Amino acid sequence: MPSSHDWINKPLGVVEAMFAQSNSNPEWEAKVLEYFKGQLKEKESHSWVPSLNDVPLHYLKPNSLVKFRCLVQDMFDPEFYMGVYETVDPSTKVLRCGKYKDVTECGVDLNSRNTVTAERQTFYCVPIPGESPWAKEISFLSAARVVPSTSYVPSRQKRSYEEDDDMDTQPQKTKWSLTELQSSSPHGNGDSKRQETEAPSSQTTAPSDCSSHLDLNFPLPGERGPACLVKVYEGLDSFKLNDTLEIYGILSVNPVLTVIVYPYRDPSLLLLNPTESMETPEEQRAHDPPASLVPRLHMLYARPLQHNNPLLPSAPTEDQSAFVSSFLVEMASVRAELLAYLTHVLLGDGLAAEYLLLHLISNVYTRRDVLPLGKFTLNLSGCPLNSYTERLYQIVQQLVPCSYRLSMSLHTMNSMRLVPKKDYVANRLVSGALQLARNTSLFLDETQLEQGQLDSSGVRNITALGNLISWQKVDYDFSYHQMEFPCNINVLVTSEGRSLLPSDCQVPLQPQVTPPNMEEYLTTIHMAQFTSQINKFRVYLSLARTLDYSISDEVTKAVEDDFVDMRKDDPQSVTAEDLHRMLVVARLLSLSLGQTTLSRDGWMRAKHIDMLRRSRTEQQKSLNGNEP
Amino acid sequence: MSSPTSTPVGSKPSSDGLASPPSQRRRGQDSSNGDLPAMPTSPATDIASPAVHDTSLFSSPRRSVLPSEVDMSSPLIGVRGTPVRQRPDLGSARKAPQVDLHTELPSADGAVASEQAAGQKLVIWGTDVNVGTCKEKFQRFLQRFIDPTSNEDENAGLDLNEPLYMQKLEEISVIGDPVLNVNCSHVQSFDADLYRQLISYPQEVIPTFDMAVNELFFERFPDSILEHQIQVRPYNALKTRNMRSLNPEDIDQMITISGMVIRTSQLIPEMQEAFFQCQVCAFSTRVEVDRGRIAEPAVCRNCNTTHSLALIHNRSAFSDKQMIKVQESPDDMPAGQTPHTTIVYAHNDLVDKVQPGDRINITGIYRAVPMRENPRQSTVKSVYKTHIDVIHFRKTDEKRLHGLDEDSDQKLFTEERVQTLKELAAKPDVYERLSSALAPSIYEQEDIKKGILLQLFGGTRKDFSQTGRGNFRAEVNILLCGDPGTSKSQLLQYVFNLVPRGQYTSGKGSSAVGLTAYVMKDPETKQLVLQTGALVLSDNGICCIDEFDKMSDSTRSVLHEVMEQQTISIAKAGIICQLNARTSVLAAANPVESQWNPKKTTIENIQLPHTLLSRFDLIFLMLDPQDEAYDRRLAHHLVALYYQSEEQIEEEFLDMAVLKDYIAYARTYINPRLNEEASQALIEAYVDMRKIGSGRGMVSAYPRQLESLIRLAEAHAKVRFSDKVETVDVEEAKRLHREALKQSATDPRTGFVDISILTTGMSATARKRKEEVAQALKKMIQSRGKTPAMKYQQLFDDLRGQSKAAITKDMFEEALRALADEDYLTVTGKTVRLL
Repeated sequence: MPSSHDWINKPLGVVEAMFAQSNSNPEWEAKVLEYFKGQLKEKESHSWVPSLNDVPLHYLKPNSLVKFRCLVQDMFDPEFYMGVYETVDPSTKVLRCGKYKDVTECGVDLNSRNTVTAERQTFYCVPIPGESPWAKEISFLSAARVVPSTSYVPSRQKRSYEEDDDMDTQPQKTKWSLTELQSSSPHGNGDSKRQETEAPSSQTTAPSDCSSHLDLNFPLPGERGPACLVKVYEGLDSFKLNDTLEIYGILSVNPVLTVIVYPYRDPSLLLLNPTESMETPEEQRAHDPPASLVPRLHMLYARPLQHNNPLLPSAPTEDQSAFVSSFLVEMASVRAELLAYLTHVLLGDGLAAEYLLLHLISNVYTRRDVLPLGKFTLNLSGCPLNSYTERLYQIVQQLVPCSYRLSMSLHTMNSMRLVPKKDYVANRLVSGALQLARNTSLFLDETQLEQGQLDSSGVRNITALGNLISWQKVDYDFSYHQMEFPCNINVLVTSEGRSLLPSDCQVPLQPQVTPPNMEEYLTTIHMAQFTSQINKFRVYLSLARTLDYSISDEVTKAVEDDFVDMRKDDPQSVTAEDLHRMLVVARLLSLSLGQTTLSRDGWMRAKHIDMLRRSRTEQQKSLNGNEP
Repeated sequence: MSSPTSTPVGSKPSSDGLASPPSQRRRGQDSSNGDLPAMPTSPATDIASPAVHDTSLFSSPRRSVLPSEVDMSSPLIGVRGTPVRQRPDLGSARKAPQVDLHTELPSADGAVASEQAAGQKLVIWGTDVNVGTCKEKFQRFLQRFIDPTSNEDENAGLDLNEPLYMQKLEEISVIGDPVLNVNCSHVQSFDADLYRQLISYPQEVIPTFDMAVNELFFERFPDSILEHQIQVRPYNALKTRNMRSLNPEDIDQMITISGMVIRTSQLIPEMQEAFFQCQVCAFSTRVEVDRGRIAEPAVCRNCNTTHSLALIHNRSAFSDKQMIKVQESPDDMPAGQTPHTTIVYAHNDLVDKVQPGDRINITGIYRAVPMRENPRQSTVKSVYKTHIDVIHFRKTDEKRLHGLDEDSDQKLFTEERVQTLKELAAKPDVYERLSSALAPSIYEQEDIKKGILLQLFGGTRKDFSQTGRGNFRAEVNILLCGDPGTSKSQLLQYVFNLVPRGQYTSGKGSSAVGLTAYVMKDPETKQLVLQTGALVLSDNGICCIDEFDKMSDSTRSVLHEVMEQQTISIAKAGIICQLNARTSVLAAANPVESQWNPKKTTIENIQLPHTLLSRFDLIFLMLDPQDEAYDRRLAHHLVALYYQSEEQIEEEFLDMAVLKDYIAYARTYINPRLNEEASQALIEAYVDMRKIGSGRGMVSAYPRQLESLIRLAEAHAKVRFSDKVETVDVEEAKRLHREALKQSATDPRTGFVDISILTTGMSATARKRKEEVAQALKKMIQSRGKTPAMKYQQLFDDLRGQSKAAITKDMFEEALRALADEDYLTVTGKTVRLL
């Protein structure tokens, strides 16, 4: 009778048992998947699986089941492997299963007729870029609470550490959480990154690899965490680049996988073994990094993540709908509180706060041919200088699960790589800062931009940002051609005047208060919020985005009439663009109140706030016009 | 027929472990012949056997059947007894196999012969290929195959009603290039079974083909001298088209894939044959390299000394080899995934045939090799390395340079797809349907969409080079101008996404070189390289240029050549060439005054040179109509966009994929020609257009307009999948052309449509008035009598006083300029002198 955690601790055993029973009937593969899916469906069971995101690699048991919350950063070429092979020893000719493994055990009889060649693909996965520290922390703490099997002492009996895990794992846990917390402060990053990537490398068998710095190819600078090579066996077509997934798979850190890259090559080897010589050292480093740094994960089950907010139930189950309906009741009140909070943050500007709130829940919900619908890029102009924007970003970061602040200084625009580029030498997609997960908040700080010369890469970067905002797509650079990848990124631009980038909506900030010490002011506001309150905001923002939305025929008619009337009054200033925007605003406004249909009131409100905003921009325009 | 030895019997079940996967199912000098009798004659089992994966292990990287490798050894056994073997130029590189085969084959011969006697059904082990039959079939194919409908450019100049490949053999005998390219689809249509064998067992069948060809060739041209024996290079295997669809079942089969070269390695000398010499008795022996391994002879056969043989490098035989990385072409990929790459090995004369950036079709044998074992570890990576051994390269863009036809895309349509497309084409309202499927998110603008639709289809390509006129432009150019925010860019984006070879540039960001081509020095080789720009890249596609008006003059000037001659001439840094740029231009321009001024002509509004404007077939204005009914429909459309569910939209409009296929199909297969009535209608239409103006003393149409009409009519016929341009097509072309003119060429002063606005940049009335002012001025000056010099300002005031109509300073200056052109006066500073 297999113990309840065997499927976590020895998943390969389960696989092999099923393979042995199958008698080469190919159906066993489906059965394996069924089994693990079934196990994970059970209540709470997925939280027993240790997570690569939270537990340092060297505490995880090799060949155990782990989960990994990640973004598909690159997809390598498919590879053929021995799905079934026969051992070479003639006395004990046994069929073995090669699936979910990197290496074969014992010698392989290559002449066997029973060998089955199968296909799998490798994805290079990185932790979700820009994941907010709070999201990491919460998922870490909740994981640590329920994970008994992360023990790094494999000799122990399972039963026993379940009993005494309180005593045993507690000290460790606090240690890890300390590093986590350190990293959540914006300046503590470099240090903990070092810890993360270097600690395991001391175990590596190939010392030559330690010296050469391994680029883990994270999209954003200063990121940390494990990157992973995920071997995918089923449903290859269902995965796309930049998907965010929670992957359950078998961890493999076999040192055999480490390819030792010789500094020079034996000429005879080159002559006689051309298949080997074809791979450049760069390519080998990118595709076969030391397993101790980039572990392999053999995927058994993957769940696409709609969001990475740990406060929300992630699976679309009955749980979630219950959660949603219970939260809907509170929605209006939470919204009011959040609005008040944001108003404070935006120096008392209620309108700007309203728009910021709408922006934070915006989402590209569909595309009509090339047109992304639902995007709502906000340009907050007239931002006070001197680190106000930085503080503002920190507050946004506290609210959303994924965010990144791009300070648009001349230097960063000229030097930073925003658009991912294919490196044909290493045969991989070199990531760029615009390779982001869906619904990431991208905070573009244009107040940092000074006058000066943009060089060609700077122009390309600006163009890429413009494309991102207008079409919600990024053209990845494949050197011989470009390839378009649709994305869904919330872009917030803060600027002094109108932004040089396009935006869906510009709101000039009109501060009602001028605190003498901005830093202090914002910190106080931030501190005044209880964590429970902030958590509510976080849930609110993630939830409002996922709600369904529709417009009734009746309201449609009203909206149409309204538009015609507006055009009649002033055909010059009301264009199709305006209707586009107002429809988005109306949608977001309804959703922010937890309403899933547009009401006439909602439309009027949308019209009203848009009117207010317009009068403000016009006011500013005329102000600027008067300047010499 | 074939002597028993010619049967490539072979395959030693290898026992040497990993690095040498089993059975190279090829003939070979085999030292382990002991296994042979045990070998089954294995008829057809392999194909039927479910263990397809088996074949994966039969891959033998080293023993790849490169035609070159094959033919070097095949003459020795293949055409034994024929003059071929005596030829000194054959097999000179490798004498050893001869020796080895002769010395070692007898035992094999015996085994084979007995089997042959037994069944007369001798097949190559592991396949169902009988060499004799196969050879015979192939010879029959060569002698008899006729393809009267062939339109490949390789076959240019051949008599299509004669056996195709016999002509090619003749060509070989004349030119002396011993390579015979064989189109697999020909083989398939001739003998499906032979084709199946070729695809499934290329390793065995191609050498057999080689033998067959050489026998045939030397029978026919016994005196010809070739560098080496003829190699058969099959191409266009229909097995696989897409890199993504390669799977383990394709291993060791012949496949054709398309892709783009991204990297090529340096030349790698690969040892084919090792030369050993005994240090004791100087006895020499040759050992063929087997999958990267040399079986070093331990004992000298002459003097029986052990370990006395040493490898002599410079007497060993090497062949060329190159690794090429190919990436799947962007058109083949599902959205949201990254392109796959495949490693390809080119051998001998195929080395350096392709460069990075080339788009090629590769025919070759797909291989999988187990990874190298780590000698220190018993465990092995369970992964294979895959690659393709090339048999044939076919550049897809090479053809474009010759510019014959568009089938380079060779987009394949399934029967069903063609059926759906044809059904769609049969519908009477297909034109309306397609145009409304175009950019459904953009509201109305039906005529513009129709215009763009016709642009997507394009006219029929005609070649008048024999009469000295050169290529006739078949592409339709369209300019959209209008107020900002009328979704011009969106339309451009849509078109750019729709066509396979589209380019999108913005006038602001592009320079002349970026559009055309520029010469660059390669930093490594110091070689000059021609880099192509957007217009060249969109050859056969559409180049979308946004913010056309923001383009600098010098940039725009390159468009003149492109938009009429459809070529780009480069004369730069020692490279002088003419590149094809048969691209349609879809441009969008904003009015100079940000809002369209209805009181001005198109030219005045967008400030583009008329020479350029006249090259656009259709110029549309996208204006804000500002009327209530329109607003209502617009509002309805937009709101629907936001709330309709995906399915509803799908119902209403055609799928983008269908539209894409429809266009691709029509562009490839439909070449409509004018019928009698249509030509008559076109003539009438043209005459009518000329007449309109003649009443007012101005030319209102030029041959260019007639050409536009023809193109549009042809495109419309293509939309209907019709091979004939009929009157309906001409009617629609006329209508559309008129609509576009009505918008863009209406003289705001008179309200008449005036084509000269577009052709000369000035309306006829404006020109007339200019002349009148000049005449009035002249008269005035003449009336003054002999005054050699006048004050500029005074003259202006006088003229103003005299004239009934208001005279602006511009008009006055123009009049002066006109008189100066007549050599009547000159203007120097502030004084006007008579001449």
